[in-house]
Amino acid sequence: MRWLLRKDLLILGRSRLLLALLIVYPVAIALLIGLAISRSPSRPRVAIVDETPPGETVKVGDQRVLVSQYARQLFDKVQAVDVPTRAQAVAKVDSGEVLAAVVIPPDIAARVASDTEAAQLEVLYNGNALEQSLVQSTLDSALAQANLGFSAQIQQAAGSVIGSLLSGGNLGSIGAPENLIGLTQIPPTLAGVIARQPPGRDRTQLERIDAFAGFAAQNLSLARRVLSIIGQPIRVNSMLLHGRRTPLNTFAVVVAVSLSLMLVCVLLAAGGVALEREEHALSRLLRGLVTRETLLVEKTLLAAGCAFVIAFAMLAGISAFVALDWGRVGQWLAALALGAIAFGALGVAIGALAREVRAASLLAFLLSLPLAFLALVPAGSVSGGFYDAIAAISFAFPFKAALQALDAAVNGASPSIGLALVHLAVLSAVFGALARVGLRSVE
Amino acid sequence: MSAVLRVSALGKRYGELDALRDVSFHADAGELIAVVGPNGAGKTTLLSIIVGIQTPSTGTVDAAPDGVSAAARRHVGRRVGWAPQAPALYSKLSVAENLELFARLEGVADPRAAVARMLEQTGLAARASEPVGRLSGGNRQRVNVALGLIGDPPVLALDEPSASLDPSQRERLWEFVGARVAAGTTVVFSTHNVSEAQRYADRVLVLAEGRLLFDGAPQALLAQGGEPAGGDLERALVLFLDARTPASSAAEGAP
Repeated sequence: MRWLLRKDLLILGRSRLLLALLIVYPVAIALLIGLAISRSPSRPRVAIVDETPPGETVKVGDQRVLVSQYARQLFDKVQAVDVPTRAQAVAKVDSGEVLAAVVIPPDIAARVASDTEAAQLEVLYNGNALEQSLVQSTLDSALAQANLGFSAQIQQAAGSVIGSLLSGGNLGSIGAPENLIGLTQIPPTLAGVIARQPPGRDRTQLERIDAFAGFAAQNLSLARRVLSIIGQPIRVNSMLLHGRRTPLNTFAVVVAVSLSLMLVCVLLAAGGVALEREEHALSRLLRGLVTRETLLVEKTLLAAGCAFVIAFAMLAGISAFVALDWGRVGQWLAALALGAIAFGALGVAIGALAREVRAASLLAFLLSLPLAFLALVPAGSVSGGFYDAIAAISFAFPFKAALQALDAAVNGASPSIGLALVHLAVLSAVFGALARVGLRSVE
Repeated sequence: MSAVLRVSALGKRYGELDALRDVSFHADAGELIAVVGPNGAGKTTLLSIIVGIQTPSTGTVDAAPDGVSAAARRHVGRRVGWAPQAPALYSKLSVAENLELFARLEGVADPRAAVARMLEQTGLAARASEPVGRLSGGNRQRVNVALGLIGDPPVLALDEPSASLDPSQRERLWEFVGARVAAGTTVVFSTHNVSEAQRYADRVLVLAEGRLLFDGAPQALLAQGGEPAGGDLERALVLFLDARTPASSAAEGAP
């Protein structure tokens, strides 16, 4: 086998363009995908036009918030570009300098204070559908956060007023009487007065007032709790059942490395087997000099070895930018090795069946890219039956298993690496057997 | 003289098609045997079975000398050198690298010495380090034949060895093959070029529709076809086949 390996390495070394394509292309693609996933434009540039008078405040209960300060908090999810006028904002949106503009109208404080009219922001969009969707969802999210913040402050103010009504004290509003008696203080105060009243019409009236005050105090207390529920009716309490949550950027690394491992390995293995046929050397080799099994193992190991080195170098290189746990390097190596062997087995099966290098390369690409795409389709994003079909396809090919193994190795994600490695080993045997069948006919 | 190749009752079926039917012959050391016949006669199938690429449906091929164990007899591939019609070479490797690779795979005791010897015999020593992909068709075919001989097998099978060569390249190739035959190697080659068989072969095997119709010297085939000694073997072959396969001749002649 070593002479075959030596021969293939010599041929690979002399096919410089092919070598460069096989290495540079998947690495470039993988890095681009990794960057695209991990560094998506989460803070789009948005022009902010604050038309409120300088120093304008919004009064919520007894608290006052500066509109400009509130705008900063409101738009911390975007890359805000301050623009003095609406016209200039429109020009920036038109030119594509910013993806959208948000205009805060001069009467926003008055509208918030009016308690009868909802305050309104004006949003101007441009760009293609994807950019619009991105900026719209970002702004919707920011506005939802802002409304939630307002709601919390209104709750707090309303709660403070209700507290004063219940317990007594000062409301803080202009014109309101000072040192009010609280509703909860009325029944004990009235009890003494009622006890001193003789039975009659006045006493009956006082007893009715006492009963009302007690009832009102109970219900206002309930209203305070209801207010807090209305402010945020559903709270999310999330819990991860198995494994560790994978940060998006390290998952992107795993996707990029798995994709690179697959492309290098499948292309090299498929091309290697197909080249033997194309050079008419298969008949010379397989008539007693080399067994079919040896040939397939040699091609698989060559492709897997090259892909393993490239993928490990990628992980090592990326670890300079993204924090990866080098303490798990043993698991990285196991996942990369088994993944490479499974992809190699898939590649030799393609090469044995395709019979010529160009057809094998084309088939390898046409098969690999959809497999990667399908393996990344999340559950629930498509109908149940369709997802089951996708899951079955992904289960029958090595990409998803390799991705799971590498995710478990790099991020400690579930399912466990052991299951994924066993899955890869089984797939290696299945595709190896398929390749053996493909090589049954020599010519 | 003892036989170095024995083909006995060989048959090969592809589904309903009988590619070979009950073919038997033997070859002695140092014989040069041409296998001729029309397209689809079974020439390439016969050679593929002899060199071990295909397994026969019936019959046996024995390329081991008398007294060799049954286990050793199974390694037909190592006893019969093989040069397929399309040169089976790695075009990115040099002439010497191709030869050395197959010398090592054949288990040759001293691969480097075998390579040097073969380079000298083929006359390609000056181009030893040149990638095979850059060689002319004639030189590629010489390397192809040299690869078949690198393990120094007693029998060499050549499938249409001169099909894509010009006359001078053909001449050089047959000089090389002739030298090997003179040294005791038995060569079995298939060809459509009957004059080549007449000129170089000691024996001619005529195959048609998978059957071996003739096994003898070219002069005997001339006589069977009604041609005088020194006459046209191609014409004799056509007449011979017309006489024995009237159905196929009529079909080929039909408009």
